Amino acid sequence: MILVFCELKDGKIRKPSTEALSAGRRLADASGQPLGALFAGASCAGAAEAAKYGADVILTAEGATLGSYSSDAYAQLVADAVKAKGATVLLAGATAMGKDVAPRAAARMGAGYASDVTGLSMVEGKLQAVRPVYAGKAFATITFTSAVQVASTRPNVFPVVEKAGPGAVESVPAPAGDFKSVVKEILAKAGGKVDLTEANVIISGGRGMKNGDNFKILEELADALGGVVGASRAAVDADWGLPHSMQVGQTGKVVSPTLYIACGISGAIQHLAGMSGSKFIVAINKDPEAPIFKVASYGIVGDLFDVVPELTKAAKAMGVGKG
Amino acid sequence: MKILVALKQVPDTETKIKVAADGRSLDPADVKWITGPYDEYALEEAIRIKEAKGADVVALSVGGDSAKEVLRNALALGADSAVLLKGDGQGDAFAVAQMIAAFAQGKGFDLIFCGNKGIGGDNAAMGPMLAELMGIAQANVIVKLELGQGTFRAEREIEGGSEVVEGALPAVITAQKGLNEPRYASLKGIMAAKKKTIEELDATSAPAVAVVSSLALPPERPAGRLLAGEPAAQAQALLQALKDEAKVF
Repeated sequence: MILVFCELKDGKIRKPSTEALSAGRRLADASGQPLGALFAGASCAGAAEAAKYGADVILTAEGATLGSYSSDAYAQLVADAVKAKGATVLLAGATAMGKDVAPRAAARMGAGYASDVTGLSMVEGKLQAVRPVYAGKAFATITFTSAVQVASTRPNVFPVVEKAGPGAVESVPAPAGDFKSVVKEILAKAGGKVDLTEANVIISGGRGMKNGDNFKILEELADALGGVVGASRAAVDADWGLPHSMQVGQTGKVVSPTLYIACGISGAIQHLAGMSGSKFIVAINKDPEAPIFKVASYGIVGDLFDVVPELTKAAKAMGVGKG
Repeated sequence: MKILVALKQVPDTETKIKVAADGRSLDPADVKWITGPYDEYALEEAIRIKEAKGADVVALSVGGDSAKEVLRNALALGADSAVLLKGDGQGDAFAVAQMIAAFAQGKGFDLIFCGNKGIGGDNAAMGPMLAELMGIAQANVIVKLELGQGTFRAEREIEGGSEVVEGALPAVITAQKGLNEPRYASLKGIMAAKKKTIEELDATSAPAVAVVSSLALPPERPAGRLLAGEPAAQAQALLQALKDEAKVF
């Protein structure tokens, strides 16, 4: 079995999980194995939706003790489910939770783990994964020597494919209490926008923004285009009051949106590493020699303080961010 | 309190990556090696706990002789002692986790710190694997840490915000940028570190289970196009191109 650990949010399957399920379905077809979807929580209402993405079996671990996420409890139930079903491949979306539980579950099973993969295939019945290393400056092909093979899939990379499966629901045991650590509280950031790693459109600002207040014009463009705002390391480290969670680059977030607009970012190697997986890159910079232009699909040599407001205006006029 | 800090030697973030002749590893020529940036937050947090409450801080690295540089720096910053586990520190995360677990098991560490990821393999896996192998709690990608009597409360970065994790010590804590502001080594610290010895031990043998079979550079991006004109015209041309050519909208 190819087993996919899935996350629910407000009764719906999170997008990175649907991507992992779609990737899992492809692997299952390639190797003639069934696809299982695993859910855990106080309630797994909404798990049945996994059938839409081709799940043959939907496993639900429900219990009051699983209402709050616990690294050790979830790792245990995931490893137990892999064992009970004889699964050879375990996938999870490379989300905050997926990247927390998957390596712990892998260690529990003595399994090899490839994180944040961008490619998956079955070669002679074994999993082969491609993943960015050095923040995308190179790609490594990973093969496994362990019986169970674990990978987390980078959000926004694997296409979501709807393909109805039987989706037989089956409950699996939830570990009893006394966990080593438990999440007590979620502190949401104001605005509640999607995370950079999952965003489809990112508008990023660098040193050329001059101060933190000026990021307002990027927010306005992001609103018009339906995107979120990021920043370069130079901007985050400049004491402009920007949180490090906005940082894109090798020591920040590695992102792969459809559209990345770099405003006043020169394009240091460590920044390019974090965003070169973007499908289309737009560079807006005063300096025509800036290295960012080397990776840009479209370049605008000009003052971002003139160009960005014009873009916002034009985007609103065209109504592009609505679709 | 006893604290272990696991530090990894990694290529500097400005390094241009070249693939070695074997086709599956990094060409080490011209690579400048540094302490993992996230490991610096891990070490700083350990030293701050030592200063606030008193603790014995052991710095550890897995690698060859060159990794001693990382340990020497950790001693200069305030670690009390340093251990080099001689082995392949660039191997898969599970192998390294097993080496560190074999060393740490039974030594009574209350806290084990490391960076939330190295910046080479980018596995972000060693910490959770180590916690599982040792059968202790983990708190991953931490931006704030408070200690109680045998307990911890940590704020961990998640999509769109953070979550508060509570648990019992011992625990593995993996540091994220924002946890603290790492200090620079003082001249006095650097001089004192030169006199300390780095304990060298052979790492336990632990073969990798996720193996890099090939390493390749990403494909070159297709050449881009400059959009000319006044800002308003450039903006219009860009949106049109994104809509018609790139079909982003």
